Amino acid sequence: MTSRISKWPGVELGRKEIETGKVTSVRYRPDAKFAWSAGEAMSRFLAELQEGRMIARTCNGCERILFPPRMFCEECFRPTDAWVYVRDTGTIETYSISYLDTDARRITEPILVGVVSIDGASPKMGVMHYFGEMTKDEVRIGMRVKAKWKPKEERVGSVLDIEYFRPLREGEG
Amino acid sequence: MRKVAVVGAGMTLFRRRLQETGKELAFEAARMALDQAGIEINDVDAVIHGTAPDAFDGVHMKGEYLADGSGGARKRYMRVFTGGGTGVFSAIAGWWHVASGLADVALVVNEEKMSSCQPHPQSVFAYIWDPILDRPLKPNLVWIFAMEMNRYMTVHKIPYEDIARVAVKNKRNAAGHPCAQLADANITLDDVMNSEIMAWPVRRLDISPPSDGAAAVVLASEDVVRKRKMKEHAAWIRGVGWCIDSTMWTDRDLYFPEYVARAAKMAYRQAKIDDPRKQIDFAEPYDPFDYKELHHLEGLGLADKGKAGLMTREGVTERDGDFPVCPSGGLMGVGNPIAATLGIKIGELYWQLTGQSGKRQIPNEVRTGVCQAWGDLMQFGSVMVMGT
Amino acid sequence: MMKVGIIGVGITPFRPTTPEFSWKELTYDGAQRAYADAGIDPREDVDTFITCAEDYYEGFGIFDEFTPDQLGAVMRPMHTVGGDGIAGLANAFMIIQSGIADIAVVESHSKASDILTYQGIVAHGLDPIWNKPLGGHPNLIAGLEMDAYLRASGNTAKDCAAVVAKNRQAALHNPIAGHAARVTPEQAEGSPALWAPLRTLDVAPLADGCVVLVVASEKAARKARTTPVWIRGVGWATETPSLETRDWTTSPATRIAASMAYDMAKVRNPAQAFDIAEIDDRFSYKELQHFEALGLARKGQAGKMARRGDLEAGGKFPTNVSGGSLGCGNVLEACGLHRLAEAVLQLRGDAGAHQVDGARTAIVQSWRGLPAASCGVAILGVGR
Repeated sequence: MTSRISKWPGVELGRKEIETGKVTSVRYRPDAKFAWSAGEAMSRFLAELQEGRMIARTCNGCERILFPPRMFCEECFRPTDAWVYVRDTGTIETYSISYLDTDARRITEPILVGVVSIDGASPKMGVMHYFGEMTKDEVRIGMRVKAKWKPKEERVGSVLDIEYFRPLREGEG
Repeated sequence: MRKVAVVGAGMTLFRRRLQETGKELAFEAARMALDQAGIEINDVDAVIHGTAPDAFDGVHMKGEYLADGSGGARKRYMRVFTGGGTGVFSAIAGWWHVASGLADVALVVNEEKMSSCQPHPQSVFAYIWDPILDRPLKPNLVWIFAMEMNRYMTVHKIPYEDIARVAVKNKRNAAGHPCAQLADANITLDDVMNSEIMAWPVRRLDISPPSDGAAAVVLASEDVVRKRKMKEHAAWIRGVGWCIDSTMWTDRDLYFPEYVARAAKMAYRQAKIDDPRKQIDFAEPYDPFDYKELHHLEGLGLADKGKAGLMTREGVTERDGDFPVCPSGGLMGVGNPIAATLGIKIGELYWQLTGQSGKRQIPNEVRTGVCQAWGDLMQFGSVMVMGT
Repeated sequence: MMKVGIIGVGITPFRPTTPEFSWKELTYDGAQRAYADAGIDPREDVDTFITCAEDYYEGFGIFDEFTPDQLGAVMRPMHTVGGDGIAGLANAFMIIQSGIADIAVVESHSKASDILTYQGIVAHGLDPIWNKPLGGHPNLIAGLEMDAYLRASGNTAKDCAAVVAKNRQAALHNPIAGHAARVTPEQAEGSPALWAPLRTLDVAPLADGCVVLVVASEKAARKARTTPVWIRGVGWATETPSLETRDWTTSPATRIAASMAYDMAKVRNPAQAFDIAEIDDRFSYKELQHFEALGLARKGQAGKMARRGDLEAGGKFPTNVSGGSLGCGNVLEACGLHRLAEAVLQLRGDAGAHQVDGARTAIVQSWRGLPAASCGVAILGVGR
């Protein structure tokens, strides 16, 4: 192809050409707002978080304890059977030390974030959350952690009702 | 089953910002592919369009908007969308348009104009997360790659050096690609390993850039290839496969892409391949991050679990190695306009198999190749095997 | 070409809001109904899954991520079509014809009640350079098209009002309908002309709902527990997206899609070939425009037929006896799938209170809504 084609289409622009208006552009901000019905499973999940509890659903078909909870088992394709509480302790399955915020801006104090598999649920059933009370050198896969809950009056029914997961201490769990 | 061949391909430059509108980019790529194939738009029975999040270009129902630039106006026009998997998947959709007998000639056009999104296309990735479980944590896209990379490295005890080596290989390979955005013939391992940490373990030079670009391929049935004497520049589609895993990504162990393995199995079965490493000559796996090339080589069954890094270390995956991987330069070197990576996956396979890759041509004879794309939330794999 | 048939149908009741369900739970409901109807287990029997969806209707950056679990498609081949239900059906048809699948599932849903700014979403589909800067309510485009179409065809606003009344009332006999009402033509004609000549009652109200179809190769269909409804022909096309160069009166996308479907089904005289029609009526005038574009009546005749009652359940050419989108609700990309499902039930004799006796062939047509220019056509039939 390189022998048959000599010019590859595309005119490159730099950021400045757009910012200084050298290239005509049209700006638009879409009016796009949504409010998703949480539905049965997530509504209960959030209500329980507000109470300082983690809840899961059982499936008698595959005998798994599903977390986050869902009203149908995606493996068996049948309705799940019962609500069951799980622990607020778990194990770090993976993590990242991020120097980027949500808009890709650099931050100096890194965010520690990762996936925690929750005790009481089936293996590997996890949730993403922040890690706290540990340094970036201390965080590791396999660490045992526990949720640090916000005070009851500050909880609103959100995953942020947990501030972060912190190292499990002696005698806990 | 009706045989289908790729008979022409085209692509635009991949750049962080291109002046052309999305429609113009689609047109340029489509026009080039048609010219290369010796086909006119009136001969095209169906147009398949692939483009990833509408939010990048900033138009709802983006497929509709791009229909005219893609050659789809007043035609059978179909948009398919599997996130990052679209680069290979739209060609699979093109394949079934022809394999089914409903089209003799199909044009597949993929486009992406990420630069439209202000202040930065990254912001769009805020909206790919679950609104209740993930979004409140204000995640950055790089986080999931970082978490997957960490899991992969930790489970298999893979040194970061083995991963960084992929970035070096691909950015150097890209020096031979006329459309490349991030080619660097002189990049070293130290450059990559010392680049700034974005979200550990991911560093800046581990990541492919956002890009504008478009690519297109022309597909034709066996009869058309024969009647129009296209055999010389035809590469046959031998197998297609795709697979999606659960939305609940926090319930999965990310160290191995099982969904890629299943997609590959589906494609290999159709292609009658039971020993991929032996029966396939080269591969274009999806490499939006360097570790993904290794992750996907293992998913494709081309390396044992945890062992793909050795292949790079030993030079096996260089263009002149035993098993070239990403001879195009991949997303790491050429750029990542999501769906338009069609040009460096399907397109590269086509050009390599028909001896048209110019400076990037693999010196050993290649008769069978596999390409793969990956998308959604660490979730979707699309695979195509092509051969001559 | 092998025969391909529809062997299962699932429709959740269409409702203006469904606060008790998340979109996943709504889809699970539609899916389990379809699988029970077909008598299949999605984890064992289905080879490929397809969903018809658009990111901005759902509110996600990559909606494809959120699709498999509730359909039974985890770790299976599944993809999203940026198109409506008939486009989804076309893909299922082609995948099965290509030989790599025996059973395919096609899903689409609307959770329009989760969209707080529907008008803004529709407007976001407009061309950013030529149309977005003009602002205004997107229904102005439908108003313009209605004006152009009525002038070109000779059909009248009264004819459109008859369509509104017909469909809203027909929906009273459809248990899944979300907007059934005893609306009269006078009421329709008297509703505010916010986008004249388009009036508020000319616009199908939004609804939530999910539709799932199970599609099978001839081999698999013959083993099904339901009477297979064969897809005798399918076509789809997109007119130019540009409003400025588009044909505003004859729905070329419908004509091109129909011509493809008629070729496949070997239909030479469409006006005589079908017992029922289920066609898009998101805006009342669209039912007439599509009816004529399909060649079911000559230009200017559809309006007369509407006023004579020919399009009613007991008339010469029952059209949208389901109640259409006007009566059941506009379920966004699921509209085409909804009409397919309604046609399947009719041809199987399962349409209960709104059954058209002796229906054996149906023509189904869809349009994607503003500002899209894509249409699909499917021809269904039972028996040999």
